[in-house]
Amino acid sequence: MKFKKWIKSLPYSQKIAPYVFISPFIIVFLLFFVYPVISTIIMSFQKVVPGQTTFVGLDNFKNLLNSDFKKAVTNNLIYTVTTIAVLIPVPMILAVCLNSKKMLGKNFFRAVLFLPALVSIVVAGFTFRLIFGELPTALLNSILANFGVKPIKWLGGPAQWTTFFALVTLCCWRWTGVNVVYYLSGLQSIPTELYEAAYIDGAGTLQKLRYITIPLLRPVTVYILTISIYGGMAMFLESYMLFNGNRSPGGAGLTIVGYLYRLGWEQANIGYGSAIGLTLLIITLAVNIIMLKYAGLFRKGE
Amino acid sequence: MRSKRCVKFTPQAGIMLILFIIMAVIILTPFVSIFLASLRPGKELMRQGLGLNLDTSVMSFNNYAYLFSGETAYFTWYKNSLILTAVQTVLTLFVSAFVGYGFAMYDFKLKNLLFTCVLFIMMIPMEIIMLPLFQLTIRIGLIDSIWGVILPFVAGPLPIFFFRQYLSGIPKDFLDAGRVDGCSEYGIFFRIILPLMKPAFAAMGIFVGMNSWNNFLWPMIVLNSKDKLTLPIGLNTLITPYGNNYDVLLAGAVFSVIPVIILFMLFQKYFIAGMAAGGVKG
Repeated sequence: MKFKKWIKSLPYSQKIAPYVFISPFIIVFLLFFVYPVISTIIMSFQKVVPGQTTFVGLDNFKNLLNSDFKKAVTNNLIYTVTTIAVLIPVPMILAVCLNSKKMLGKNFFRAVLFLPALVSIVVAGFTFRLIFGELPTALLNSILANFGVKPIKWLGGPAQWTTFFALVTLCCWRWTGVNVVYYLSGLQSIPTELYEAAYIDGAGTLQKLRYITIPLLRPVTVYILTISIYGGMAMFLESYMLFNGNRSPGGAGLTIVGYLYRLGWEQANIGYGSAIGLTLLIITLAVNIIMLKYAGLFRKGE
Repeated sequence: MRSKRCVKFTPQAGIMLILFIIMAVIILTPFVSIFLASLRPGKELMRQGLGLNLDTSVMSFNNYAYLFSGETAYFTWYKNSLILTAVQTVLTLFVSAFVGYGFAMYDFKLKNLLFTCVLFIMMIPMEIIMLPLFQLTIRIGLIDSIWGVILPFVAGPLPIFFFRQYLSGIPKDFLDAGRVDGCSEYGIFFRIILPLMKPAFAAMGIFVGMNSWNNFLWPMIVLNSKDKLTLPIGLNTLITPYGNNYDVLLAGAVFSVIPVIILFMLFQKYFIAGMAAGGVKG
């Protein structure tokens, strides 16, 4: 009878309850995250052929020193830095405007800015592929023709910057509105007394921006920086859609994940693919830890 | 707070307005151009590329008529996407709320470590582990099934984080009141807390649902049977260099976006709240 009573009291135990509530996370975390990460680490030291695996030490990592991988890393780095250079200042300015009392049609413009975030990368990428078409009648070329610019082969053209321009435009089109929303919610938490005090002290618009708005938006900026690095280093689908597949002329749109995808799926070289994955994991982790440390976000109770 | 004073139209306001009108035109151009293209024969798109030409003589709703004629696989994809989105959203919200409640309301050993793990996954791109995750889904028999798409992400780090933040604002007195009345720990969650979480569910539901509707890479890896494809994967199969499917592709692309835009118009507040969820650190 004691056992039965114990069973009955279980749902009332405050000691067991938290572990029951957390258990779905623990199971998913161990099975679908920890296990894959560990198997990535193991496979990155192996040559995996269906039916047999052999330990090859650091061979996979030595292979990474080829020009394709370097190209992919460079592409991701340029892309990340460029998108950050646009996707932090522009949304910040737009959000400050949208938050201003003088702005007209706030809700309308906020909605318009946000619209691209609703579109899947397949539709967005396909549309931009057509906009950046090389035909003289394609949208961008036809607009530029009015200014006497000859048709440009944007995607994978002879000049490197045109490809990046298309990729970065696509990224900024999709994410500007989302970052504006982040900044707007940050702006709403700044107490208006600060601006009133600054006004009394005779500060102008720019001074208020410089000494109140930008410093107090720092947590939002750090967050956007973090997700931009994450998104930039793992960028793949933007390039995949713009180039209609994982092949681009001269590797113009090759990215780290694209390279992983090529080796892992298209060439079934799983060991090598894992080495790429592990390298990317280490890069993103290092960048993020440096970022968060620098920004002082590793506080207790986080 | 809205001031009742009449807002004066200053030069500053004029400059801002012009800036925003330019931005709006740039942002809306791709939408307008893809919609215009969907009204023209697909072959013409191949020949001329996407432009803003308004030649009404070639425009018609033929592509849409063809789309709705049911001769294409389009509505199978649509149905699959609807099912995936519904199941994934409901399951993810429920599991994440369950876990988020555990983190918000209890103190236990390893809590900080485990919560750090939640934040940690948020910072790791899923693409890094997609290779072993793919092998795992094969081994446990989830390949080519929507469960393979859903289960690995069912305890979403962002929803967990969001629900924990939301629940931290609920007084723990609610729990004690429930305990006094003889509710079990789980009864408290189901009967008292879940009904209080409606606004949080609305915001996160839209966030999860939108991501699920538009999700492409992982479903493409997991689902391979023709009759199981979702909208983004299906549309992607139509993008060929020969352009023989562009009629369906263009109308189908537009028609996949329209319901989301309508939902956005109706529930803008929740969309914005869902997206802003990640931005506010608490």
